Amino acid sequence: MLKTFKIGGVHPPENKWTADGKIEVLPVPEEVVIPLGQHIGAPATPVVQKGDHVKAGQLIGEAAGFVSAAVHSSVSGTVTAVEERPDAGGIPRPVVVIKVEGDEWMEGINRSERAEHNITASKEEILKAIGAAGIVGMGGAAFPTRVKLSPPPGNTAELLIINGVECEPYLTADHRIMLERAEDIVVGTMILMKALGVKKAVIGIENNKPDAIGKLQGIATKVLGVEICPLKVKYPQGGEKQLIKAVTGKTVPSCGLPIAVGAVVQNVGTALAVYEAVMKRKPLVERIVTVTGTSVKKPGNFLCRIGTPISRLIEAAGGLPADSAKVICGGPMMGRAMANLDAPVTKGTSGILILSEKEALRKPESNCIRCSKCVSVCPMGLEPYLLMDLSRFQLPERLETEKVMDCIECGSCSFTCPSHRPLLDYIRLGKGRTGVMIRNRKK
Amino acid sequence: MLKMRAMKNRVISPSPHVHSGDSIEKNMYGVLIALIPAFICSVLFFGLGAVLVTLTSVVACLVFEYAIQQFLLRKRPTIFDGSALITGVLLAFNLPSNIPLWIVVIGALVAIGIGKMSFGGLGFNIFNPALVGRVYLLISFPVQMTTWPVPAGVTTPLTDAATGATPLALMKAAVNTGKPVSELISSGVVSGYRDLFLGNLGGSLGEVAAFALLIGFVYLLFRKIITWHIPVMIFVTVFVFAGILHLANPDLFINPVFHLLTGGMMLGAIFMATDYVTSPMSVKGMTVYGIGIGILTVLIRQFGAYPEGMSFAILIMNALTPLLNRYFKPARFA
Repeated sequence: MLKTFKIGGVHPPENKWTADGKIEVLPVPEEVVIPLGQHIGAPATPVVQKGDHVKAGQLIGEAAGFVSAAVHSSVSGTVTAVEERPDAGGIPRPVVVIKVEGDEWMEGINRSERAEHNITASKEEILKAIGAAGIVGMGGAAFPTRVKLSPPPGNTAELLIINGVECEPYLTADHRIMLERAEDIVVGTMILMKALGVKKAVIGIENNKPDAIGKLQGIATKVLGVEICPLKVKYPQGGEKQLIKAVTGKTVPSCGLPIAVGAVVQNVGTALAVYEAVMKRKPLVERIVTVTGTSVKKPGNFLCRIGTPISRLIEAAGGLPADSAKVICGGPMMGRAMANLDAPVTKGTSGILILSEKEALRKPESNCIRCSKCVSVCPMGLEPYLLMDLSRFQLPERLETEKVMDCIECGSCSFTCPSHRPLLDYIRLGKGRTGVMIRNRKK
Repeated sequence: MLKMRAMKNRVISPSPHVHSGDSIEKNMYGVLIALIPAFICSVLFFGLGAVLVTLTSVVACLVFEYAIQQFLLRKRPTIFDGSALITGVLLAFNLPSNIPLWIVVIGALVAIGIGKMSFGGLGFNIFNPALVGRVYLLISFPVQMTTWPVPAGVTTPLTDAATGATPLALMKAAVNTGKPVSELISSGVVSGYRDLFLGNLGGSLGEVAAFALLIGFVYLLFRKIITWHIPVMIFVTVFVFAGILHLANPDLFINPVFHLLTGGMMLGAIFMATDYVTSPMSVKGMTVYGIGIGILTVLIRQFGAYPEGMSFAILIMNALTPLLNRYFKPARFA
């Protein structure tokens, strides 16, 4: 019996058509737009001005506080603007715009293909390098990695879990790096183990990626303390709490952090970025993005510079299909529909999914028939039908006692509902309202 | 440069962006498919009467639902979502096959009008509509509702059926006259367990064939339309509770297997108690609900005025469902 989490979960069609598509390098665009806030926390403070010449890998934004991350230029060229531009959702955000000239990199960055597997850096040097490289969680949430590696006082990490689950349908970016960069990921894992001071790491991978499991298993057997854990396919296994439950059987308490059960979870992409930052002194300026969809002509996995317009990625995949109606940044379950296709690729962009009108339109909602399917699929053991009603009637106190803040917004309820009710939409609203109430109470 | 304008119809909405494809219709028509074996059996046992009663009930339910939605509530009628069809079929399955058809129409009006639409339609009713209709008819037309045709036998179907009492009514009569119930089967007053299992007994047209209803149960589980909790908890509770009574006094209390195979036990547990709208939402709630129905059914059958207890037991637990939802929460992640 393969391991998985215990309650709830759904099985959306996987549609991972790009799983066999080798990573293609996307040409550097003429202009990049690099947002200063690509992570959870305060946006970085710009350290360049209009007219400055920058090299690829040069710091352009300093971390503004503890929960924040540094931002680097992904290209060489001239800064043409430090201003606000609409992000993928259409909301103006501070950005640095750079006109590309050549491809000159900062001195000291090792861009050779040669593997560097000898970890000489100390724990402090590793943490410093990770912070300096501006590394954030690459799975999508983009939480600053440096912060996640610094457990709050009184907590000690015992286990590092590397998240290679990639449970979102369609996406294959993590799958490809596990195949093409397996050794580097294992070295990255060992660096993270050293940074945390843990003796054991587990890489969790769903068994719909047997090639990745085999490849990493072959390498991990030579390394002390790194273990591969094949998992039964079930969405949302990539959720931090679900993954910890699946791998260790331990339950992260309500509103608690993984460190409460001695675990720290990092994405495989993050492990790769950590490898590059520590062993090659290369900041986070590139990432792999899956571009896919039913009508997309040349779906694939692209290595692109941060700040590349998403429209360039779509062009590389054969252009916007005629029947397109919705472009999603991320996967179909938790990704965000885009309002602006010229928005840039950020550190957290794992995929671009293009849906046709038939796939994109929601069916009209009808009465709740109280079938309890939303209750049975909720991975947090909540009652989505009830939370939706409480949210509509604006009852934040009841929402709090019904544990609305535990909702991980995985979308399993809305996905399952036979009446097509917008359960998660309302739960999000209720969660926001309840969060405000809780914060006001603490003041 | 690509512009959003390039898309003729653009959609922006929050996640999730995909849907399982499940629908009310798929679930409702799934239940109807699961009722087909029992319907075939009732036609074999009771002949044309079964077809006429079922047809009348279904058509009446659809007409009343349409009329109420269109003319009273002035809403878009949703008669083809399958729920009114199920109410129609289940109401018919709870009636004797020789009942006058005008009574069936009254039952349909009560089921749809009072049982369902008066609460606001699908999803808002507290009680199972078909059972509301059935119990209304049982109280209003006791003679017609308890004159049961007895199947001529599995071996010679489609013959004119004689009328007679149901096994549970015979049991009640035996208890009331002080005869030991253990002699009912051995003396041949009630058919043997094999006949009870196959449906060769008097009763409502859809409730008699235990095996056909069990086939439907397997189908419902396979399609994941219902979970096993409610029916199995009812069966286990009835078996254990009736079993304890039987062991205490075999002359007064009949074998628990008899309870499982007679009356509306199978139909009620598999198709009526599991009604989405009127059953609890959490597994714990479903378990308590199933145990409650089991205990109440045996209590009513053994100690109540009516020989049948399933309908009343389900309606009573329906009334408790909001309370069960409030106090029996699903197992939280943490």
